Amino acid sequence: MLVSIYRYNSEKDNVPYMEDVNVDIPEGKDLMVLDVLHLLKAEDSSVTYRRSCREGVCGSDGLNMNGKNGLACITPLSEVVKKDKLVLRPLPGLPVIRDLVVDMSMFYKQYEKIKPFLVNDTPPPAIERLQSPEEREKLDGLYECILCACCSTACPSFWWNPDKFIGPSGLLQAYRFLADSRDTSTAERLADLDDPFSVFRCRGIMNCVSVCPKGLNPTKAIGHIRGMLMQRST
Amino acid sequence: MGSLRTLNYDAIVIGGGGAGMRAALQLTESGVKTACITKVFPTRSHTVSAQGGITCAIASADPNDDWRWHMYDTVKGSDYIGDQDAIEYMCSVGPQAVFELDHMGLPFSRTEEGRIYQRPFGGQSKGPDDPTQAARTCAAADRTGHALLHALYQGNMKGGTTFLNEWYAVDLVKNQKGSVVGVIAICIETGETVYVKAKATVMATGGAGRIYQSTTNALINTGDGMGMALRAGFPGQDMEMWQFHPTGIYGAGTLVTEGCRGEGGYLINSEGERFMERYAPNSKDLAGRDVVARSMVLEILEGRGCGPDKDHVMLKLDHLGEETLNAKLPGILELSRTFAHADPVKVPIPVVPTCHYMMGGIPTNVGGEAITRTADGQDQIVEGLYACGEAACVSVHGANRLGGNSLLDLVVFGRAAGLQIEKTIRDGLTHDDASDSDIETALGRLNRLNSSTSGEKSVEVKDELQKTMQLYFGVFREGESMQKGLKMLDEIGERLKNIHLEDKSLAFNTARIEALELDNLYETAVATAVSAEGRRESRGAHARNDFTERDDENWLKHSIYDPTTKELSKRDVNFSPKTVEAFPPKVRSY
Ligand SMILES: Cc1cc2nc3c(=O)[nH]c(=O)nc-3n(C[C@H](O)[C@H](O)[C@H](O)COP(=O)(O)OP(=O)(O)OC[C@H]3O[C@@H](n4cnc5c(N)ncnc54)[C@H](O)[C@@H]3O)c2cc1C
Ligand code: SF4
Repeated sequence: MLVSIYRYNSEKDNVPYMEDVNVDIPEGKDLMVLDVLHLLKAEDSSVTYRRSCREGVCGSDGLNMNGKNGLACITPLSEVVKKDKLVLRPLPGLPVIRDLVVDMSMFYKQYEKIKPFLVNDTPPPAIERLQSPEEREKLDGLYECILCACCSTACPSFWWNPDKFIGPSGLLQAYRFLADSRDTSTAERLADLDDPFSVFRCRGIMNCVSVCPKGLNPTKAIGHIRGMLMQRST
Repeated sequence: MGSLRTLNYDAIVIGGGGAGMRAALQLTESGVKTACITKVFPTRSHTVSAQGGITCAIASADPNDDWRWHMYDTVKGSDYIGDQDAIEYMCSVGPQAVFELDHMGLPFSRTEEGRIYQRPFGGQSKGPDDPTQAARTCAAADRTGHALLHALYQGNMKGGTTFLNEWYAVDLVKNQKGSVVGVIAICIETGETVYVKAKATVMATGGAGRIYQSTTNALINTGDGMGMALRAGFPGQDMEMWQFHPTGIYGAGTLVTEGCRGEGGYLINSEGERFMERYAPNSKDLAGRDVVARSMVLEILEGRGCGPDKDHVMLKLDHLGEETLNAKLPGILELSRTFAHADPVKVPIPVVPTCHYMMGGIPTNVGGEAITRTADGQDQIVEGLYACGEAACVSVHGANRLGGNSLLDLVVFGRAAGLQIEKTIRDGLTHDDASDSDIETALGRLNRLNSSTSGEKSVEVKDELQKTMQLYFGVFREGESMQKGLKMLDEIGERLKNIHLEDKSLAFNTARIEALELDNLYETAVATAVSAEGRRESRGAHARNDFTERDDENWLKHSIYDPTTKELSKRDVNFSPKTVEAFPPKVRSY
């Protein structure tokens, strides 16, 4: 199989380039893209990427594989390789540090902006704060986000305004706290989001939904936030 | 000190997993100038993989639940070499630690009463007199670790913790008095090497499952904290005690939680027989993990394994129905479909015992202070060094950890270490500064690697190390073959001296990090091997074919591995809990 991989090392390359490498894939095994990266690195130790859990829960190895963002560790070759070729690029739209490693600061900054922590003005009880199964169910599809950035870096609105548009991942998290019955700062949270950019730059392109490796739906969450913002202004 | 930049803190926490972040939060909130150093962005730490839950007597599933029952289960689970003062502390303050997590925002699953949902896990009873299966593991579906780690990160953001993300700790810096005064670290993004100076250094670096070929552990679980401590001359405790989890996905190593069996799943052999009924008539599939893992290996050895090579068994879940599986075990469905190509709604999952958890580690007291041994075998606190989480051995897990007890260990002892450090610093902790030569010593290993000109690639040596450990120090162990394994480890040690770092560039050089990690894997592996060969009995996870019985007369003890001599000694187990009677050793049956 031909792997074409994005290479850039600021200490020796003036510009990034694509390197083509032929990789022997063992017969009868459906490797994951991460396994292929390991094979490449065993040959050339300078090939650089992030990885940790290797089972799709830590969100380290978000990449662009044959044009689509996803996690290398849970993307089988059978699903992604076309015509015996695999093109590997860093997540689009963020500055590249080296090879497939991008600078995630912008992405994390947007996450921080939405105050991603529970706020509750009442003193905590001696036990847990009670929450009904129905209230808790509202968090399903939200709390599972692994901050892999596959969605935000697939979003044209985020590419153009990574400093002002929170992006799908951050907004999904914003809604996670708006939806939590234990959180009491709904009004402040909505006030913080109420400007032309933070939420309203979402154009409903839905790239986020199609790439999210956890099957989450940021567009839907953004819709809920819009609804809450509208209601607030009426 | 030449051009080396120095960063100055009162406390540094090495590790941004559950233990490290709980410690960092405690320290930051109490105003101690703290930095949390982590080689990956905090939420990418291995705690994120924990599935089943956090075990604690919060009396939700059973209003009469009692932390003393949890304590009893834990002592029994440990095969009686867990320290009872530490277990008492963990089980009694546990509920407070779990409620704190809820207040921090952890989205636990809920009961109709609005309380935290608890599921049954292995080894849980209602005390010494009532073996009824308890349900004591607090869960957020089967993504408890993810939910816990993100909640802790969020709590730290709220608290304003300073993080040095994607920084790699290389080696401890010790002053002339032998106190730990910080660490040499590399900022991975720029490649800059820095001396991070601190009055208190906390090792919260997690486990080292990657010493084995087949493991449920993340690729980053390379025992760095253990390696750093051993290289600095500090001992390891109970390093022979490795938990093999019964249900790693065959071929991939990824875990499917014990919660599967808690929710009613069970194991079957090639004849479709639910074989655990034979080995543990009372608890069946929810016996201690060591017991279940050994039973599985015996089934395979006796020819009742599944698949063309008859080398695994099956975990059956389909009888639970799609709805339950979707609600309670959604993550498992995903993992099984991805890594086993099996849809548990329809077919069983192929599973095999897989290296999972390091019960041993850096010995500490309840306050997280690291302990070393004096020449005459007395405990001595190491000034400036602390440990918590999987890297530490307090010891609450003894020879076998109960499911769900690690997450509790993280938050309870992360907090305890923070409290202890706060107090020690307030009492006026000071150290002599490290001299230039102290710092040079700590830099020695890195400098050698950076100046290598030829030699072997680290990946090849790593493969060899993992194979050796898998083959000679696995579920069943035997003296002669361990001797052979030790010899092979010696040879691997020689090869390690000759590792060559081809790529010397600075920015994000993961080859350099991997080469440094390999040393830690090796130190941890040798400690494991020497301890396993030295403990001549079978206890908990340590099962020997040549010493098949538990030997309380000689081995109701911790083992202590001294890295300076590579020898093993014994340390007393604590049988003096403060508020309850000690649980005396009994035959352990399930
Ligand atoms: C698949 C799986 C499922 C599990 N499920 C459960 C469960 O349901 N319940 C339960 O109780 N337990 C469970 N466990 C066990 C439990 O998850 C771990 O024991 C626990 O999460 C370890 O936490 P920790 O904070 O000690 O370390 P980790 O979470 O592993 O964190 C270690 C930290 O140290 C940092 N680090 C390491 N080395 C360096 C270095 N050299 N420089 C800088 N930083 C460094 C890493 O970046 C990381 O932040 C499970 C384990 C596995 C493998
Ligand atoms: S929403 Fe999905 S794609 Fe976006 S960061 Fe979270 S897990 Fe990744």
